[in-house]
Amino acid sequence: MAEMSGATTPAGASEMTEGADGIRRRDWIHIAALSTAGVGGASLLFPLVSQMSPSADVLAQGSTEVDVSAIEAGQAIKTMFRKQPLFVRRLTAEEIDEANAVDISTLRDPQTLAERTKEGHGDMLITMGVCTHLGCVPLGAGEGENRGEYGGYFCPCHGSHYDTAARIRKGPAPLNLVVPEYEFTSDTVVRVG
Amino acid sequence: MSFAWAKQYEPQSAFTKWLDEKLPLPRLVYNAVGAGYPVPRNLNYMWNFGVLAGFFLMVQIVTGVVLAMHYAANSEVAFGTVEHIMRNVNYGWMLRYAHANGASFFFIVIYLHIFRGFFYSSYKAPREMIWLLGVVIFLLMMATAFMGYVLPWGQMSFWGAQVITGLFSAIPMVGEPLQVWLLGGFAPDNAALNRFFSLHFLLPFVIAGVVILHIWALHIPGSSNPTGVEVKQESDTVPFHPYYTAKDGFGLGVVLILFTALVFFLPNALGHPDNYIEANPLSTPAHIVPEWYFWPFYAILRAFTGDLAIPFTSIVLIPAKLLGVIAMFGSILMWFFLPWLDKSPVRSGHYRPLFRKFFWFGLIPTMAVLFYCGGAPAEEPFVILSQIATAYYFLHFLVILPIVSQIEVPKPLPFSITEAVTGKDKPAE
Repeated sequence: MAEMSGATTPAGASEMTEGADGIRRRDWIHIAALSTAGVGGASLLFPLVSQMSPSADVLAQGSTEVDVSAIEAGQAIKTMFRKQPLFVRRLTAEEIDEANAVDISTLRDPQTLAERTKEGHGDMLITMGVCTHLGCVPLGAGEGENRGEYGGYFCPCHGSHYDTAARIRKGPAPLNLVVPEYEFTSDTVVRVG
Repeated sequence: MSFAWAKQYEPQSAFTKWLDEKLPLPRLVYNAVGAGYPVPRNLNYMWNFGVLAGFFLMVQIVTGVVLAMHYAANSEVAFGTVEHIMRNVNYGWMLRYAHANGASFFFIVIYLHIFRGFFYSSYKAPREMIWLLGVVIFLLMMATAFMGYVLPWGQMSFWGAQVITGLFSAIPMVGEPLQVWLLGGFAPDNAALNRFFSLHFLLPFVIAGVVILHIWALHIPGSSNPTGVEVKQESDTVPFHPYYTAKDGFGLGVVLILFTALVFFLPNALGHPDNYIEANPLSTPAHIVPEWYFWPFYAILRAFTGDLAIPFTSIVLIPAKLLGVIAMFGSILMWFFLPWLDKSPVRSGHYRPLFRKFFWFGLIPTMAVLFYCGGAPAEEPFVILSQIATAYYFLHFLVILPIVSQIEVPKPLPFSITEAVTGKDKPAE
């Protein structure tokens, strides 16, 4: 390599030799060039990762309107919210009493029925139909389906039992069925999302 | 294989020593693009384009795999999914524009790479295999680019598919059934779109495989260089890293500035507005042309307007349609014979005065004319210009090049690369 450095120009030599501070001009060029390439390359990852997130049209399917007037006490319907099942259930007086009779300190995910419904509509229980264990659709919303040991919903995949307030009571699921954000836009119409 | 003075990889840490015994990947990199690969010290910027072509192949694969996550190859919805990518998918517009313009840049750097090969006769022994594999890569690229252009299912996509598969219908006897077989129907439709998508996804990986062979074949004799004089000694070479990693890195930076300028500020400059109209089998656009990178070959295709017949009879030997197709494919397939058509022992155009004149004043203007005519409407004066240029194009490779390489007196070559660079070298022994 000795003969190589002999072939470089005087200007090249100044880039290669150390200054009084022991830093070569080329050290700075290395740092600047590699930093630029590094930042540029890393910033390219952002769009490549971001493109897999929900696209604008998916996000635009944000809300669903449900007419609850036809649901009778003790009956439930299944509908769709953001491509997932949504359970809308009108509780009977006995089911409400049953839910309120539970000491919530004994629950895995302590919540009262009132916290899971809207004021003035304490009999309308609106939850996602997605088991909080691994995402199956629990039974109990359809006519004649198994409602589990606590009279609410029962997930057949891994045996999670939910009570009449759709709270987890037995089985592997960690949380109550999720109550989505919703509001009553009139006495009979609910807008979810 | 490499030169005897190539530095050997020496793993330093316990981990790299362990890895070197089990899977010597760092050693491979060191010997291929690292300090263990000695390269002629006098390469100019024309030697950047191989690395740049490899870079754009990666751009196309990365952006293409991502676009395939959002695209649906179904003639009912394909056009809509491309609009979905442009409007709804996060950064979809950027990824698609990068893919479309990435194809153009891939061809720009490939054409410069090929013309480097023409001027410096990089195709000559001992590098014939590198050249042959390169022509294979180019043909695969053309097929891939064509099928990719069909996928958005716009008007140019549809009629491009119709016209290009129509080329095969020119083949006597089997032509028409062959076109129907290629399309899976009587006109481009869902079956054609689906298979084009499948092949468009597959072929880039085939290209990557042939690129590996191309580089493997390159690393046996090592790179050619602007003098065309083979490496003789250690002082003729420098290690690839850091010398050419830096030089290629600089070239890459310049090309990326141009590429991003196009992607972000002129994304549709190289495209056709007609392709933003959904495919309509009942209406052909008034002026149908392929993408710019096919223009020279398209001009050759259209240059043949008359049948080849026996004079003064009505006996047609070869119809015009078939002549055009043969000429178009022949214009590239001819490159396979280039290493044997050019018989001059001197490689570099710098030392070949006659060849150089025909290169700069014959081949390059001819390619420019073909390029321009291919994008122009099929009317005069472009037809006659294409015909003259096509004639010269074939003459250049098949007649001029063999004769020039026999009769020209080359200029004296330097003793070595070292002498060419420094003006002196130890006297020849």
